[in-house]
Amino acid sequence: MTRLQKLKGRLAGVAFTAAVAATAGLPSLAVAGKADDTLNIAWGREQPTLDFYFQNSREGIIINRHVWDTLLYRDPTTGEVSGLLAESYEIVDDKTFDFKLREGVKFHNGADLTADDVVATLEFLLKPDSTKLITQPLDWIDRVEKTGPMSVRFHAKGTTPLALLYLSAEIPIYPKDYYAEVGPEGMGVAPVGTGPYMVTEVEPGKKIVFEKNPNYFADSPKGQPSIGKIIQRTIPDVNTQIIELASGKLDWIFKVPADQAERLGTMGQLRVQDAATMRIGYLTFDAMGKSGDTPFKDPRVRRAVSYAIDRQAIAENIVRGGSTVVHSACYPDQFGCTQDVTQYEFNPEKAKALLAEAGYPDGFTTPVYGYRDRNFLEPMISYLADVGIKTDLRYGKYAATRDAIRGGEVPFAFMTWGSGSVPYIDAITTYFFTGGADDTYGDADVKGWLETGGSTMAPAAREDVYTKALKKIADEAYWLPLFTYPTTYAMTQDLDWTPTADEIPRFWTASWK
Amino acid sequence: MLVYTLKRIVLAILVSLVVSALVFSLLYLTGDPATALAGENATDKDIEAIRAAYGFDRPIWMQYLSWLGNAIQGDFGQSIYFRLPVTDLILARLPVTMTLGVTAITFAIVLAIPLGVLAAMYPNSIIDRAALLLAVVGQAMPSFWFALMLIVLFAFIWPVLPASGSDGWTSFVLPTIVLGYYATPAFMRLTRTGMLDVLSSDYIRTARAKGLRPGRVLFKHALRNAIVPVVSLAAVQFGFMLGGSVIIETVFALHGAGYLAWESISRSDFPTVQAILLLFALFYIVLTFLADLLNAWLDPRIRVG
Repeated sequence: MTRLQKLKGRLAGVAFTAAVAATAGLPSLAVAGKADDTLNIAWGREQPTLDFYFQNSREGIIINRHVWDTLLYRDPTTGEVSGLLAESYEIVDDKTFDFKLREGVKFHNGADLTADDVVATLEFLLKPDSTKLITQPLDWIDRVEKTGPMSVRFHAKGTTPLALLYLSAEIPIYPKDYYAEVGPEGMGVAPVGTGPYMVTEVEPGKKIVFEKNPNYFADSPKGQPSIGKIIQRTIPDVNTQIIELASGKLDWIFKVPADQAERLGTMGQLRVQDAATMRIGYLTFDAMGKSGDTPFKDPRVRRAVSYAIDRQAIAENIVRGGSTVVHSACYPDQFGCTQDVTQYEFNPEKAKALLAEAGYPDGFTTPVYGYRDRNFLEPMISYLADVGIKTDLRYGKYAATRDAIRGGEVPFAFMTWGSGSVPYIDAITTYFFTGGADDTYGDADVKGWLETGGSTMAPAAREDVYTKALKKIADEAYWLPLFTYPTTYAMTQDLDWTPTADEIPRFWTASWK
Repeated sequence: MLVYTLKRIVLAILVSLVVSALVFSLLYLTGDPATALAGENATDKDIEAIRAAYGFDRPIWMQYLSWLGNAIQGDFGQSIYFRLPVTDLILARLPVTMTLGVTAITFAIVLAIPLGVLAAMYPNSIIDRAALLLAVVGQAMPSFWFALMLIVLFAFIWPVLPASGSDGWTSFVLPTIVLGYYATPAFMRLTRTGMLDVLSSDYIRTARAKGLRPGRVLFKHALRNAIVPVVSLAAVQFGFMLGGSVIIETVFALHGAGYLAWESISRSDFPTVQAILLLFALFYIVLTFLADLLNAWLDPRIRVG
């Protein structure tokens, strides 16, 4: 679809939801889900292979949590870590972790979980030619050693403060024999894990059927699944999702656009709920001048941009769903993400004065790059025009835009970052401020502090250096952090389910009212 | 005739090759496939590793030749996104697109030809105007809007048809109407013009003068001649419907081959895009080739040129 068609599609969507809301209550609606204990859900993206390690989608994270278990469990509300497949664990030193596996855990195909499954899963993935697409959560592991029939030891390459987090989220354990037999291809269409739900049917990209695992181990901190069956269908068009939800053929959808969500909320039989995600939007500047002699090399110009944009107004009126303004270069609830940094209020006069001081009394013209949420970017462009900064919008695909930044072609861009739902600032600052290709700031102090924090275990010491780094990033205005990206869920009133702040629905906690 | 046929076949093969090479190089313009595959949370090192593991670090012509070599032997490789053989993926998705293509074009022809004939029989009458209006609306209305309105009407207010999915024939009713209606105006106008032309020709006047019944004149003598260009249009339109049904497949969640191709482009799933586009190009070529042959057989003047 062309951009114009997309825009038209949006407009049509709003009118469409209005039409649906206006006619709601006219027909007698069939209740699909509760009556046959089947939760019908839909999302828009075709799910790639179900083998978690060979894809990198949000939906893949969701499937992973349902079908498989990890060694550890992290409580989504308290952040507390406990054993999941591991009955207990011990941090021997900064680089050594011991796990004792839980007895009596069975895979969906009946095989018993043993230390061999853990070792085999990791050995397969750590091979350099594995072509896996999940890399960061595995890269820190040097090797895994079997220390007994039900115990394993992980050796890290270096001090890894996030090791426990990775082990409790992104390293599901596969059954050794089954995986050896079918490989990623087989796992991708007929996954076998230990988790609360088993996959019983897959039509690649179209449909996944999950059934409650009747033998799910009793003392799992995840708890026991309640709903018997979950049927996922891929419906690319959000308007079609909405009509299916409104007519009772679906029970749950997410990522509902804010304007449509408001209308849906007025329909009696549906519940609409906003929840946080870890995604934030930000403007990034080429402070190093990688893209040539750009005005953004001057910190006064970067600060001027920061004063020129009314972020509060955009968050409240356009992003909506509870979006708030962010001041430091991370998601506010992440570990280490202090908001106690220089804050730039909306002050166009100050922006103009700073521009004049920097030698641009009449402003200048710059390209601005972007890849999503053009409706958020357009008001920013007009705020900038008000202080004299004219922009030439270069709107493209994500990969092309990020490649352009890495290639040093981009003076100024509107980007977003979701941190892969990792609740530590390591998952955001490390990517941009430690000298990699995405680093267009070249600040040695910031790099040093972040590297110290990334290789220190003690939380207080980590927070201390991270605060220093975030303060300097804000002072120098390397980024203008914009606002949070909440997401909106819409579901039938029959469903008892509460969203978490990490955009990972956990349907084993759901039940019928 | 034989020489003409051979010439067309060689040309068809050359066109397919050019299409596949073009597609391959164009895909690189949508961004580095390694960056696209690695996803948002990838470091430079990850992207490098993926580039090497998937062979994206080889020169583009080398990647193309190795793909072409396998494709000629019938091996279209594995989808990078789904990790499944591309052939399996396409076989699972093609029936939906083909079904929709056939039903839509049938719908268009069944609606357009009688309307076109009627319009030609009574030019500038109220019937002609009504048919014209229908055609203009069909051409002007965005198909996604029409699709959504049909969904509101027939899946929500009066819930008799499914809004999405491809389970059973009922799922194809609304998509067929939307896609078919979009193709209707072209057929109708062509039929109308053809009929007007033929109806004013000498042999029709002769037939009428002979005292043949009007119905016989219209269908036996006039329509058979007027419909010839419609046949070649149908071939082209059918090809268009296979590739052009992306929006309709999206709205109705049909998961056909058109949608698969469209999505695979943004996922940088090269093997899948290549295979589908080549298949569609071949389809198109075969259809126009057949239309060319049909025309040549009908009209000897074409064969000489």
